[in-house]
Amino acid sequence: MTGKRHVHVLDATLRDGSHPMGHAFTAEQIGAVAAGLDDAGLEYIEVAHGDGLGGSSINYGRSLLSDEEMLTAAAPVVRRGKLTALLLPGIGTQDDLEMAAGHGVRVIRVATHVTEADIAEQHIGFTKKRGMEAFGFLMMGHMAPPEKVAEQALLFQSFGADVVYVADSAGTMLPDDVRARVAAVAAAVTVPVGFHAHNNLALAVANSVAALEAGASYLDGTCRGLGAGAGNAQLEVLTGVLDKLGYRTRIDFYKVMDVAEKVVAPMMKRPQVIGTNALMMGYAGVYSSFLLFTARAAERFGVEARDILVELGRRRMVGGQEDMIIDVAYQLSQRKGASTP
Amino acid sequence: MADKVKVAIIGPGNIGTDLMHKVLRSRGLEMAAMAGIEESEGIRRARERGIPVAIGTLAPILEDPSIRIVFDATSARAHVRHARLLEKAGKIAIDLTPAAVGPYVVPSVNLSALAGAANLNMVTCGGQATVPIVYAIHRAAGATYAEMVSAIASRSAGPGTRQNIDEFTRTTARALTVLGGARRGKAIIVLNPAEPPLIMTNTVYVEVERPDETAIRASVERIVAEVQEYVPGYRLRVPPYLEGNRVTTIIEVEGAGDFLPKYSGNLDIITAAAVGVAEKLALGWQEKAA
Repeated sequence: MTGKRHVHVLDATLRDGSHPMGHAFTAEQIGAVAAGLDDAGLEYIEVAHGDGLGGSSINYGRSLLSDEEMLTAAAPVVRRGKLTALLLPGIGTQDDLEMAAGHGVRVIRVATHVTEADIAEQHIGFTKKRGMEAFGFLMMGHMAPPEKVAEQALLFQSFGADVVYVADSAGTMLPDDVRARVAAVAAAVTVPVGFHAHNNLALAVANSVAALEAGASYLDGTCRGLGAGAGNAQLEVLTGVLDKLGYRTRIDFYKVMDVAEKVVAPMMKRPQVIGTNALMMGYAGVYSSFLLFTARAAERFGVEARDILVELGRRRMVGGQEDMIIDVAYQLSQRKGASTP
Repeated sequence: MADKVKVAIIGPGNIGTDLMHKVLRSRGLEMAAMAGIEESEGIRRARERGIPVAIGTLAPILEDPSIRIVFDATSARAHVRHARLLEKAGKIAIDLTPAAVGPYVVPSVNLSALAGAANLNMVTCGGQATVPIVYAIHRAAGATYAEMVSAIASRSAGPGTRQNIDEFTRTTARALTVLGGARRGKAIIVLNPAEPPLIMTNTVYVEVERPDETAIRASVERIVAEVQEYVPGYRLRVPPYLEGNRVTTIIEVEGAGDFLPKYSGNLDIITAAAVGVAEKLALGWQEKAA
């Protein structure tokens, strides 16, 4: 099965990596990273606010550059690969897709919560109509059983998606969880299947391999693992692992290591490690982008970040509910205040 | 007691049925007709309560001069057609679709300014929930930017909302500026499938010119009390607080549980607001007549 199968790799450094960067990549940084990745042979290079097109907001963090400026910085240097952007219906609209189509974007990933694919019908349709490829992206894949994930993937396919992704947005899945969901999706759809990992439990690369074994052929990585929570599958590590396993990719191993080490690492605000809060997110199944907002709310309301995360997990909050971090922190602070004599 | 004002509802779906329940217990309104395009559950529910029904035609409503207000809970496209017919027949249309043929109305904000309009648009559920807050903050502190995040239970988002989610974000964002008074607006909607379903929450962030927390709190508390007059389950979860020039506040909306379940505060607030508008119009006419 492992043989010489081709794996399509998408780099999300300039999108998921936008979270730990406080959505403040500069045009120079975007140009340098995108050029390096394109030269290293990445097939897909994703550029956007961490929460997708239209994500710049108080709730998710304001972007230093507009979506347009980010895409403009990347488009001229992405020559071999395809410039890709992400959009979450409910946050971005078709106006953003129209803008992206006019700025060299060739692939749109339309992301919804794992049970809500039907809010993406218009956006998938619009993407296809504008001549771009559309990938369906099911976030928080751990929150639904495999049959439900497969049902939602089929919906995406019926809307016209060219590829369907399962995303472990909370970095909480164990390899068997990944295998079960990816296998169920692969059995249900005829389009290729992808997997997007987070590293909160140090399983991002292992889970990516498990996804391939279960039938996936598209994987995401980020340089140095730069991404929300404890980050994503570390692209250069993933490249080496895929090579050792006998999978083929278009990526030049030395070149991708160099982009990570020489271009991305010097930009990073802190090393991408699995700190206590990221570990708790993986443990409690909480959306990885909540990390920095939780730390801020814990400080603002004088409560423990881990308590906030556990409560968010208990309430089954989904991606995009950053505002509920404030709600939980406030409620915890009230409870604490009330019990103080 | 003065005579009740007769109203009709077009569209006997979940929204239309909830409207009917609210009209049935209204002191100023009388349910005169329910219209639908075909025989349906909703038509049956209306008939069971002895309400005249019209199937596949609006004629009985248009031709009855005693019906003065018509709620439209169909679709934007259908409403554009209905709006012309209703106007010609001299009815006031209260539009619960995103068609926006007439001006936006949020009862606690601009209802008094709209006397005489023949068609009133109820914005969106998120607009009904958050425009009053933005407006209250704006009048106290001057709003330069307003942003809202609505989280609603997946079960209370029907196919209409799901297939046209961009309508929600665009219309709501526009209402934050047009009615709320902010210079720029942004709206975000998140569907959450948790079971048991979560009650609707709305977070409002506003950047202000005069960051006076006491004035902002007083203004917000005043408008919350006004909205509670027609939506008793409208509550502050996190009272407004300031960080620099940014105000953050969170409200929840629990439904009245008339026809729709209580977690569907998102649907309740728009039907309650629509009935509230009709009641205020009716009261105005009765006062004039008296």
